[in-house]
Amino acid sequence: MKTFCSVWLLLSLVELSPAPPASQEPPLACTGAPDPAPPQPETAEDMASTGDLEPTHYPARRAAQVALHYLNTHHGSPFRVFGLQQVHKASAEDVAAGGRKYKLDFSVTDWGSGSAGPALRCSADVLFPRTERHSAPKVELHCEALQQINSTAQEDDAFYQKYISPDSTVSARDIPDSFGNMSEEMQPFWRLARVAASFIMLRESSENTEFNMAKVASITQQESSEEQLMLEFVVLLHDFPSQVTHKHTHRLWTLMDTEAVCVLTVCVCSAGDRSVEAAGVLVSRQRRQGPADRVAAQMPSRHQTPELTL
Amino acid sequence: TMKGSIMGVLLVLALVVQDRLAGGLELKSYDYTKYHTMDEISAWMNQMEMENPDVVSSMIYGQTYEKRNIALLKIGLNSTTPKKAIWMDCGIHAREWIAPAFCQYFVKEILGSYKTDSEVNTLLKNLDFYITPVLNMDGYNYSWIDSTTRLWRKSRTPGTGNCTCVGTDLNRNFYANWGMVGISRNCCSEIYNGPSALSEPEAKAVTDFLGMHQNQLLCYLTIHSYGQLILVPYGHPNISAPNYDELMEVGLAAAKAIKAVHGKSYRVGSSPDVLYANSGSSRDFARLIGIPYSFTFELRDEGQHGFILPEDQIQPTCEEAYKGAMSIINYVHDKNFKSAAITVTATLWTTLTALWISSTNVI
Repeated sequence: MKTFCSVWLLLSLVELSPAPPASQEPPLACTGAPDPAPPQPETAEDMASTGDLEPTHYPARRAAQVALHYLNTHHGSPFRVFGLQQVHKASAEDVAAGGRKYKLDFSVTDWGSGSAGPALRCSADVLFPRTERHSAPKVELHCEALQQINSTAQEDDAFYQKYISPDSTVSARDIPDSFGNMSEEMQPFWRLARVAASFIMLRESSENTEFNMAKVASITQQESSEEQLMLEFVVLLHDFPSQVTHKHTHRLWTLMDTEAVCVLTVCVCSAGDRSVEAAGVLVSRQRRQGPADRVAAQMPSRHQTPELTL
Repeated sequence: TMKGSIMGVLLVLALVVQDRLAGGLELKSYDYTKYHTMDEISAWMNQMEMENPDVVSSMIYGQTYEKRNIALLKIGLNSTTPKKAIWMDCGIHAREWIAPAFCQYFVKEILGSYKTDSEVNTLLKNLDFYITPVLNMDGYNYSWIDSTTRLWRKSRTPGTGNCTCVGTDLNRNFYANWGMVGISRNCCSEIYNGPSALSEPEAKAVTDFLGMHQNQLLCYLTIHSYGQLILVPYGHPNISAPNYDELMEVGLAAAKAIKAVHGKSYRVGSSPDVLYANSGSSRDFARLIGIPYSFTFELRDEGQHGFILPEDQIQPTCEEAYKGAMSIINYVHDKNFKSAAITVTATLWTTLTALWISSTNVI
């Protein structure tokens, strides 16, 4: 049996715009609408928290959520999404290059196993850069016993096998529905949407944001060449300080890969420009062995960035 | 014959059932583990009043933009003297459906236990509860239209001037440091604080009621979601309530009570500390006019489901929030009524001692 790459994630057609809450625009290619400015800093006081931080207060929690998004981009799957359980200790300091670095000691749980599941202890450095235009935070993360938690490889493989057939045309809206209901079949898709959304939430996070995925508006399986699962998600991301739910469209590819190495590329639509540029972090993800929080900068030559039609 | 008597029994049963239905006695009971439409909640309020006429009365204290009557249930045992009171409102923000679900659960609990539970009975004897199950009725109704409206937050007043967007954030519209922090002047924003303070009839209704009853009100509880938080005044980072330390103590005790139910952690603190700075909130207004114990509850969860909390979590969320609210309410009650109990007990002991002394002829 060929080894599946768990995720070859191509986040394209990303549209960061506050969704008019009442309307549902159809999933679209880049419309060329400029990205709105990130939320304004709240008050001067907020930016001044350095030294030891109160673990229950929001600065530590927001930084921990950023570390969580990073963790999920590396270890999330259709059968695993991590959530923050508790921040134990936190501190922050301004760094010479500009920006603030948070040092965190926190615990996470797998949402799948609920409160019954074990908590993993993690430590992270989260750096929020101070640049003219927003740039993504940088995370260094280490979680104890990460390799010892039960791998979801088997369920992941079964999932991909099931939906990779050329006849498969998964299409669903409103996961969950207004009452929080979600069929069992949709749960791995929801988790996959949440993992993919983690890339966006990680990239868009600052000290003045706190993102969660409010719901999946739609999932549409795209036609693709064989042995490839391509899904288009439209998700709504909620930000606490602004209370806005942002709508995002992104696509996710999975590829059969004998090397069990996935390459994830983030592609961003430029403002006012219908072309797609490759940007952001290329992450090499070894799903089966080795520390998974290793970042590789090179793009393996045999994976070409697919042509994207807009 | 056997058949005849069975038929007879069935006939009698059928007549009894028909009689009970005709008499207005509801055989089907209200499902507190499901989310309910605005119409269902209004009908339920009428039912609560009808079924418990000795302790429940309703009051209409304002109108929404779409001309709905804003109503509360006043719950308490009758008294000849004016009573102190507790205020609770749910559903200031439309999409936070678990909040109105909690208000309904809370009412059901106290009505179902006051006759048998002496603690609840004492509360209803000494206090009146003013409970508004849905404050932002227009917004709540709108969020039920379909899945695209589910995440609506604000009121439904149309934008003023050039603005084509709808709605004001009711919890930024109160006369409490209005417009100072944590708001947006863009009327399309989710935290748009309105063209002016108290521009929204819903906020004005609460303001007027609280103003009229400010000498009675001991405690102001406003229920929201999500985040699992208990927030104390004020929303402005530079302003502290005079009883901040006590509020924190009471809040932490409530969080402890909540955790004992299902193990959920609720963090306690002022908004600028644990969540974000804001102004114009109803809780801040309540504290500013002197209601000493004012808290915001942010119920489950912590972001996994967010506003769209699955119905199978309504029951456990309400159970823990009930314990949290009761922890605060009992503290407030005991602070205001415990001394009376001590006086009664002291008098009793004095009397008993005197009787004993006289009966044993010690003197």
